[in-house]
Amino acid sequence: MAPVAPRSGDAIFANVERVLLVFCYLVPKNAELFTLTYGAIVRQLLTDLEEVDEVNKQLDQMGYNIGIRLIDEFLAKSNVSRCVDFKETAEVIAKVGLKMFQGITATVTNWDVEGTTCSLILEDNPLVDFVELPDSCQGLYYCNILSGVVRGALEMVSMKTEVTWLRDMLRGDDAFELQLKLLKQVPEEYPYKDDE
Amino acid sequence: MGREVSESCVESLLTEIVSSYCNGFYADKPELAARRIEAIGFQVGHQLSERYTMDRPRFTDHLEAIKFICKDFWSEVFKKQIDNLKTNHRGTFVLQDNRFRWLSRMSVDPSIETLGSIQDPSAMAENKAAQAIGMHLYFPCGIIRGALSNLGIPCAVSADISNLPACSFVIRIKA
Repeated sequence: MAPVAPRSGDAIFANVERVLLVFCYLVPKNAELFTLTYGAIVRQLLTDLEEVDEVNKQLDQMGYNIGIRLIDEFLAKSNVSRCVDFKETAEVIAKVGLKMFQGITATVTNWDVEGTTCSLILEDNPLVDFVELPDSCQGLYYCNILSGVVRGALEMVSMKTEVTWLRDMLRGDDAFELQLKLLKQVPEEYPYKDDE
Repeated sequence: MGREVSESCVESLLTEIVSSYCNGFYADKPELAARRIEAIGFQVGHQLSERYTMDRPRFTDHLEAIKFICKDFWSEVFKKQIDNLKTNHRGTFVLQDNRFRWLSRMSVDPSIETLGSIQDPSAMAENKAAQAIGMHLYFPCGIIRGALSNLGIPCAVSADISNLPACSFVIRIKA
């Protein structure tokens, strides 16, 4: 049997139920406003920045800024305990984080042997409802805000990552595939002892 | 469609729109930043009102359309209705939300309250905090203008926060 992560997926799933309870406090709201607002932002950025690459960068930056704030809300409300390794971290993002904020879950797959690179597969995603890209936007990574959010949130819990879209349904792929690559784990330095 | 996202997602986007446009691209040009933020809101309001009115008969007059904004539209977007509606019966309507959601988590400098109506971004430039709040309000103002424009009612919308945490939106219908 292959070595398994110390905590099984079941333990994480048990967490999801708890999150669903917490979810009530987060005031889930109809996604339409969110989806249309995001669409309007992308559209305005395309007008103002002109270059598709610049828009990709800006969306990523906005996501990053959101991620570094959202991690606090996540930690406060999810009740998730410290992840033992990157594998567990990826599962928590896929099953708890995405569920809590976006109402979706992802499958974690394509692990490399070192356990530092994997993919989140999303069948579906509230950012892209009603969206179709015109030919002039072929280079656009429409969901780039999401990769930024993940990168920002992980950086706040001491993980430097590179997050990239490998597959995108708006570009004709059969799913969304978000690759997470752990670059560096910054050891946390406490000014105090953890158990005090 | 039953899809739901957490409310913090929408609020996060709003924060980022304002900071990208005010601190990033148009740091020295608050008027331009304001116009862009309003334009994003306009687009959203236009599309939302299209969706929310799909199964309705056409509104017969302005008041009916404004009431729709106060009740159904506001409930969909903010989970509550507008608390008070006033009109001078000559095309001006004042919609007051006693606890406007998008301001409820912002810290507010009490000295701003004397500033009252926020309409002119250049006048706000001196007071950074007032400017920040004002910039956040261009988005909902745009949403209302977009929604009404989709219903065939061209208008101008401004916001008044002289009674925080209440927020009033002043709609002036163009004759």
